[in-house]
Amino acid sequence: MLKTFKLGGVHPAENKISSHQAIREIALPKRVFIPVSQHLGAPSKAIVQNGEVVKTGQLIARGESFISSHIHSPVSGKVFKVDEVIDISGYRKQAIIIDVEGDDWVETIDRSDEIKWEVLLSPKEIVDKINLMGIVGMGGATFPSHVKLMVPEGKTIDTLIINGVECEPYLTSDHRLMLERGEEVLIGAFILMKALRADRVIIGIEQNKPDAIAHLTNLCDKFPGFSVQALKVKYPQGGEKQLIKALMNREVPSGKLPFEVSCVVHNVGTAFAVYEAVQKNKPLIERVVTVTGKSLKEPSNFLVRIGTPISTLIEQAGGVPENTGKILSGGPMMGKALVSYDTPVVKGMSGIVLLPDQESVRVRVQNCIRCARCISACPMGLEPYLLAQLVAAEEYESAEKERVMDCIECGSCHYTCPSGRPLLDYIRVGKIKVGQIIRNRGKK
Amino acid sequence: MIYAVISLCAIGIISAVILYFVAQKFKVIEDPRIDEVNEVLPGANCGGCGFAGCRNFAESTVKAGNLEGFFCPVGGNTTMAQVAAILGLQAVEKAPMVAVVRCSGSRANAPSKYRFDGPATCFFAHQLFSGESGCPYGCLGLGDCVAACKFDAMYMDPETGLPVIIEENCTACGACVTACPRSIIELRNKGPKGKRIFVSCVNKEKGAIARKNCAVACIGCGKCVKVCPHDAITMENNLAYIDFAKCKLCRKCVPECPTNAILEINFPLKKEKVAGAESKPEAVEV
Repeated sequence: MLKTFKLGGVHPAENKISSHQAIREIALPKRVFIPVSQHLGAPSKAIVQNGEVVKTGQLIARGESFISSHIHSPVSGKVFKVDEVIDISGYRKQAIIIDVEGDDWVETIDRSDEIKWEVLLSPKEIVDKINLMGIVGMGGATFPSHVKLMVPEGKTIDTLIINGVECEPYLTSDHRLMLERGEEVLIGAFILMKALRADRVIIGIEQNKPDAIAHLTNLCDKFPGFSVQALKVKYPQGGEKQLIKALMNREVPSGKLPFEVSCVVHNVGTAFAVYEAVQKNKPLIERVVTVTGKSLKEPSNFLVRIGTPISTLIEQAGGVPENTGKILSGGPMMGKALVSYDTPVVKGMSGIVLLPDQESVRVRVQNCIRCARCISACPMGLEPYLLAQLVAAEEYESAEKERVMDCIECGSCHYTCPSGRPLLDYIRVGKIKVGQIIRNRGKK
Repeated sequence: MIYAVISLCAIGIISAVILYFVAQKFKVIEDPRIDEVNEVLPGANCGGCGFAGCRNFAESTVKAGNLEGFFCPVGGNTTMAQVAAILGLQAVEKAPMVAVVRCSGSRANAPSKYRFDGPATCFFAHQLFSGESGCPYGCLGLGDCVAACKFDAMYMDPETGLPVIIEENCTACGACVTACPRSIIELRNKGPKGKRIFVSCVNKEKGAIARKNCAVACIGCGKCVKVCPHDAITMENNLAYIDFAKCKLCRKCVPECPTNAILEINFPLKKEKVAGAESKPEAVEV
């Protein structure tokens, strides 16, 4: 029997329409918008002036605190200005706007297609390099990767898990990356393994990607300690804690990090970015983005520079279909509805999903019928209906006791609710409020 | 039978004696004035004074020995005078205040660009996006303030989608001010006969961007600052603010505003023009 996590989970329609579309590079846009806050943690500080000429790969914003990340120019050209543009959050945030002129790269970047197998750097140098090149978690959470490589004292890591699950419906960017850049992904994983001083690497891939499983299994022969594990299709298997449970049968304690159970999880996209950073000196300036939707003319996987407006991508995929009701950044389960066509691609944007009208509206909310489906669906073993009730009644202390902070916001509860209750929305409110309460407690 | 009655009585008497001594031992001597003060307070327990309920307020006033910093917004000056009389202190007089909604982004002025169908709370919508009109500072129209009001002093106008404050009921307790995630509501001086002038906008974006989302946004042009003879208007982050302590209600700024963002409330009719929230014909071009 195939491995999977035990608690909860749902199985939404997969809709992986674009899984057979090879990754395509698209022409550079005329102007790019690079938000200074594309990662978890403190925003970076812009270090370029208006009118300054920048090269592709040049540092343009510096991450100044521990949990932060550097940002490099994805294009060459002139800085138009540092202004505020609407980003994924739906608010205007500071961004560096660059007018594209040619494509002039920083000399140190190796742009050849040749695969570089040998890893020469020491673990310490690898971590520094990953920090320098602005690598963040590409699965969507955008946690700065170098922080995830700094193993706290007294802990050792035995297993590095590479997350190729891609459990979100519609998205196929990781799938294509594994198929087309398998060698690079595995070398990236090898670099990460070296940095963590781990003994083995397990690549977890869901069974609905048999070609990727076969391809990587073949390649694994070249890497001692590497193995590919096929997993049963179940959402949210790509969640860090769920994946560790599925592959290792280890449980990360509430409120703790995977370090606690001697594991570290990195996404395949991150492994690829790490390969490019360490072996090719290339900062994180482009990524694979799936542009998909049932009514879209050409659902595709694009290799795009960070900062490209999503309108450019949608145009390349055949334009916005007439019946579009919602445009999401990320998949339909955890993605966020966008408010502007000019929203730029950021480091954590794995896909753009265009949902038709009838699928983008919520069903009418009805009363809770106490069916407990949300409890069976919750992968963290919470009671979503109860949490939602407590938050609606502003009983934040009780919600904290019911482990509201453990929620990974996967949306399985809302998806499964026959009454269409917005359970996750309430839980999110609860998480914010309880977070405030905990922080205030810390101050006192 | 008789034994049962006797033993029951005996237990009763013994318990009473024990309880009497215990009560004497643990007696709490409370200032009788606390009860008196509590009696004259409105008993709304709204927390508008900054204390946890009326009783807590009464205890604190009696303990403090002076009335500085103590004010019951619900009872106002009359209640505070009564409290002062009980305690033999000098009451601190305060001008009556009223809550003011500083946003005119109605459905007509700031038309919706997006549709939000999540749970109807402003707090959540504020976390998610800039609002249906696209203005990241404006009213979300989901009524967190109305839900917070304990005095039936607010309702949502279904036509404009904005909250309306019923002046007679508003006690200036400040519950709506804290409930609003965008700090749109402010407590301002009620003014003579309820007359007041304020900038009905809290948008700090640059003028051009603010105008894109809302026809009556403050664009930070600074005309009102120049025209004000009393230095009551300040301009910060592209947003004008009228200091009600300095404002003499001369109304010079009102016609000057190119976007009609400055509102005058409760003024008598002025030469065929209707004063108030209605926008005036044709704004002057900047």
